[in-house]
Amino acid sequence: MLVRRGPLFRESDVTPEAVYLNRRAFMVGLGAVALLGPAGAPEAAPPAPAPLAAAPNPAYRLSDPPTKWEDATMYNNFYEFGVNKDDPAKLAHTLKPRPWAVQVDGLVAKGRTFDVDELMKVAPLEERIYGLRCVEGWSMVIPWIGMPLAAVLKRVEPSSQAKYVEFTTLVDPEQFPAQRKGFFGFSSLEWPYTEGLRLDEAMHPLTLLTFGMYGKVLPNQNGAPVRVVIPWKYGFKSAKSIVRIRLVSEEPKTAWNKAQPGEYGFYSNVNPTVDHPRWSQETERRIGEFRRRKTLMFNGYADQVASLYTGMDLKKLY
Amino acid sequence: MWVLCLWPLALLLLWAGRGDLTANPISFITNWLGDWALRILLVSLALTPLRLVTGMAWQMPLRRLLGLFAFFYVGLHFSVWLAVDHFFDWRQMGTDIVKRPYITVGMAALVCLIPLAATSTTGMIKRLGAPTWRRLHRLAYAAALLASVHFLWLAKVGRVEQYVYAGALAVVLGVRLWFAGHRFVRSRIAHAREAS
Repeated sequence: MLVRRGPLFRESDVTPEAVYLNRRAFMVGLGAVALLGPAGAPEAAPPAPAPLAAAPNPAYRLSDPPTKWEDATMYNNFYEFGVNKDDPAKLAHTLKPRPWAVQVDGLVAKGRTFDVDELMKVAPLEERIYGLRCVEGWSMVIPWIGMPLAAVLKRVEPSSQAKYVEFTTLVDPEQFPAQRKGFFGFSSLEWPYTEGLRLDEAMHPLTLLTFGMYGKVLPNQNGAPVRVVIPWKYGFKSAKSIVRIRLVSEEPKTAWNKAQPGEYGFYSNVNPTVDHPRWSQETERRIGEFRRRKTLMFNGYADQVASLYTGMDLKKLY
Repeated sequence: MWVLCLWPLALLLLWAGRGDLTANPISFITNWLGDWALRILLVSLALTPLRLVTGMAWQMPLRRLLGLFAFFYVGLHFSVWLAVDHFFDWRQMGTDIVKRPYITVGMAALVCLIPLAATSTTGMIKRLGAPTWRRLHRLAYAAALLASVHFLWLAKVGRVEQYVYAGALAVVLGVRLWFAGHRFVRSRIAHAREAS
């Protein structure tokens, strides 16, 4: 049997931008597609962001090769820009990542607001190569740049009542076009996008407060200027473009859980033995690869995080 | 019509030749083929209602061709799922067909279309007899219903296309039902007159 290994397409196969844009223009021209697709002229891909220096942390390096930059920056779920995978890259220029303030408060002794440039200096930035598993069944490998979220949380001194951490994404329909009301007041999710972690999950050394990727500042479509990355959970848990980190005593409401509670739980740990109600989570397609691969428990981070969930029924607390 | 119906496939091949099928080509191809299967199926089912409403009849001979092209795209859609996406992983596909309602109804839609494609020739119409053949080919409506449900169930929150297709199908079926109801009432009136 002939088994194809390695990426399906070579670097040299990547279409020049002009051709790519032509294709979009063509598609928009097709009557049926235009009816359903986004109207208006195609947008140029946003320019590559400025470099961001960080020392690689050898303790957190996936041996798999990183996903191509083009794929990681042009195939995104970021519903504030739209429901299509190419919406974020096309519309990202509307987001203004500077100046940016992040409020860190709630059940803490020293709650305060950080300017994002100040937040970046709370601890040394490091590069970590993590797997990213989307709940839709695809995955990427991304070299992120950031610091453990724990460093910031310790700085504000959580009180003993703090049990959970809530992340809130910016609400601004000027900067996030999909936050404007659509036809009949239709909106895909309820804004602001909120996500949450248990405090021990948030303090876990793997949980990364992230400012960059691929040696560069975070592109807007990937959650600029600051996001979290929780590599053992499905991608939607990793809130983007964060304006507030709040410590609370009750389990926070999360955006996807509010939209479809039967499908998206609070924990949302990557787990091949717990199906999404509508599809299996046993396998995933690594972007750039042809064959599906087996999905690993906790996305391959079981050694480091399984102990957080000892005694919990992960089928119920999905 | 051939050109129009082959256009989506030609585009796909063109983009494939350029390696321009998004970061997730298999998912893109599957969705594209499924979209066009459903679109062509809906158009094929809209031709008779169009005649009922406008009286135009030029489009009627196109039904067979459109129906067969819908089947063609469904077949490709299914083949990509089977051979490329799951790479003949029978166990996982079997589980999916049983456990995932959207795959179950999608598969049922495909099964509905098989006898229709098989009996699409003029010879088969003669062999079955027009009334039987016509009754059998009402399965096309079942297939469209199942295909719309397939799309409704697989779509993520926030998408709208699935409702557009379901709405289009409701209109197409509604027109048929409206005219069928009229025919029924008219024939009852005629019967009543004959009797009196």
